[in-house]
Amino acid sequence: MSERKDLELIAELVPAGSRVLDLGCGNGELLAWLQQHKSCTGYGIELADANVHACVKRGVNVIQLNLEEGLALFDDASFDVVLQVDTLQHLRNTERMLRETARVGRIGIVSFPNFAHWPNRLHVLTGRMPVTRALPYQWHDTPNIRVGTFADFEVLAGSCGLQVTDSFGLQAGRVVRRWPNLLASVAVFRFEQR
Amino acid sequence: MGSIGLVTPQQMHFSEPLPLKSGAALADYALVFETYGTLNADKSNAVLVCHALNASHHVAGRHEDGSTGWWDNLVGPGKPLDTERFFVIGVNNPGSCFGSTGPTHLNPATGNPYGADFPVVTVEDWVDAQVRLVHRLGIEQLAAVVGGSLGGMQALDWTLRHPTLLRHCVAVATAPNLSAQNIAFNEVARRAIVTDPDFHGGHYLAQATLPKRGLRVARMIGHITYLSDDAMEAKFGRELKALDGRLGYTTQDIEFQIESYLRHQGDKFSEYFDANTYLLITRALDYFDPALAHGGSLARAFATARQNRFLLVSFTTDWRFSPARSREIVKALVDNRIDVSYAEIEAPHGHDAFLLDDPRYHAVMRAYFDRIGEQR
Repeated sequence: MSERKDLELIAELVPAGSRVLDLGCGNGELLAWLQQHKSCTGYGIELADANVHACVKRGVNVIQLNLEEGLALFDDASFDVVLQVDTLQHLRNTERMLRETARVGRIGIVSFPNFAHWPNRLHVLTGRMPVTRALPYQWHDTPNIRVGTFADFEVLAGSCGLQVTDSFGLQAGRVVRRWPNLLASVAVFRFEQR
Repeated sequence: MGSIGLVTPQQMHFSEPLPLKSGAALADYALVFETYGTLNADKSNAVLVCHALNASHHVAGRHEDGSTGWWDNLVGPGKPLDTERFFVIGVNNPGSCFGSTGPTHLNPATGNPYGADFPVVTVEDWVDAQVRLVHRLGIEQLAAVVGGSLGGMQALDWTLRHPTLLRHCVAVATAPNLSAQNIAFNEVARRAIVTDPDFHGGHYLAQATLPKRGLRVARMIGHITYLSDDAMEAKFGRELKALDGRLGYTTQDIEFQIESYLRHQGDKFSEYFDANTYLLITRALDYFDPALAHGGSLARAFATARQNRFLLVSFTTDWRFSPARSREIVKALVDNRIDVSYAEIEAPHGHDAFLLDDPRYHAVMRAYFDRIGEQR
């Protein structure tokens, strides 16, 4: 789902000049864009060697770290924005990571594949797990170890004491604000600690 | 990728005494150094390479005697630290036994070799000496200072005390200070040397002898700590020295290959390394602790380095300078909002990995130096 258009729509949520921590920053594309277009500063966190290399190559600060070990490296409220783009579903300890995100950043922005998108529902209705563009993996061979829905996240955010300040879906490079749980393949949430 | 080819060390003499952290001063000294590549017109492409415990100014290329530089796999034309782009300086620190003024040289005050009278030098003293050399070479600001292990400590110290004199710091397999365990290893090595009957209180040269036995043991201990358990297991395991696989039931002769290897390393080392230098350099390692002057806060120590940019690299199996120690430095930098990238390379070789050419490690180094080159 990390298509350019989606990334830009998520990037628009980040206030100009923000100090940003991008958890699971991939090849650093989003951070580089935020640096160039919104004068943001900050760091990306990555585990994969190839991505760390790609970030260094494009001049993005990257720290090689396993997110499952937490964010002990970062003090409370030390960032304006903490991003988790397409990262949440790969982490075992979703709730802890969400709390850590809210602890370290003033604003948290999370995006993940929405399992309740209608084609996924159809797949499940026919008795099979979905294999789609947003969820391209077979059930037995997927890095997505936590699949949730737009609606599920609202519940989790509430139980973690997070205040959702904006939320919408993304579908084919467009923002979906009407019935996102049904009509969007990607869920996007912006939240703050209550 | 080529080699630099034949290189010749140069020497620079300094008549102004170097004030040392201990309060003493080093009078009338010389530094030996090598340079590779060409200094550009605006003198903005210079990179200083700091050496670790048993290395020298001979970073890359080869000498007439055939010896290859200790970081030749990293530094050279087309290599990660590309000498076609950068002007690279390798310098031998004072107190060493490879050419710069050290304990084997004559003490101008007595006319005899310094021996144990050579003043105790610290990482900070070395950096101050390097600053003078760089200044003499007409360079106002280095593009980067690079080092691994003890060399990494020097690279860090540049940003702590001379932050305007460099732009980038590349510190590999290093630590913000030594742990008790690390100091302990150094102390065992020092005791091996000092208790050698040939040590003569450090004035062995005046007695026309060398404490080789002590040096051998010191090197053996050091060598064990530079390798990972896995690397040692893979290389030697329980392999026996005897080809027929029979045990000799002897307590003093070599039975296992690892014993043979360590003794060989110790023998080799004791032939070329000076015992007083070993004492001095291990002490410099022990003393380095930039947080000490800031109430133990490494973050406060690095507040000076806000204009510098950093690359830190550690290796997963390095238990002497573990990734956790590098992460402490990363945290101090992040706390100061300083630009830093950090790579934790999964390598099986232990501390020695920083000298090897692991492709992921070298790819990150290359990418970072390429960025430095483009920013000029």
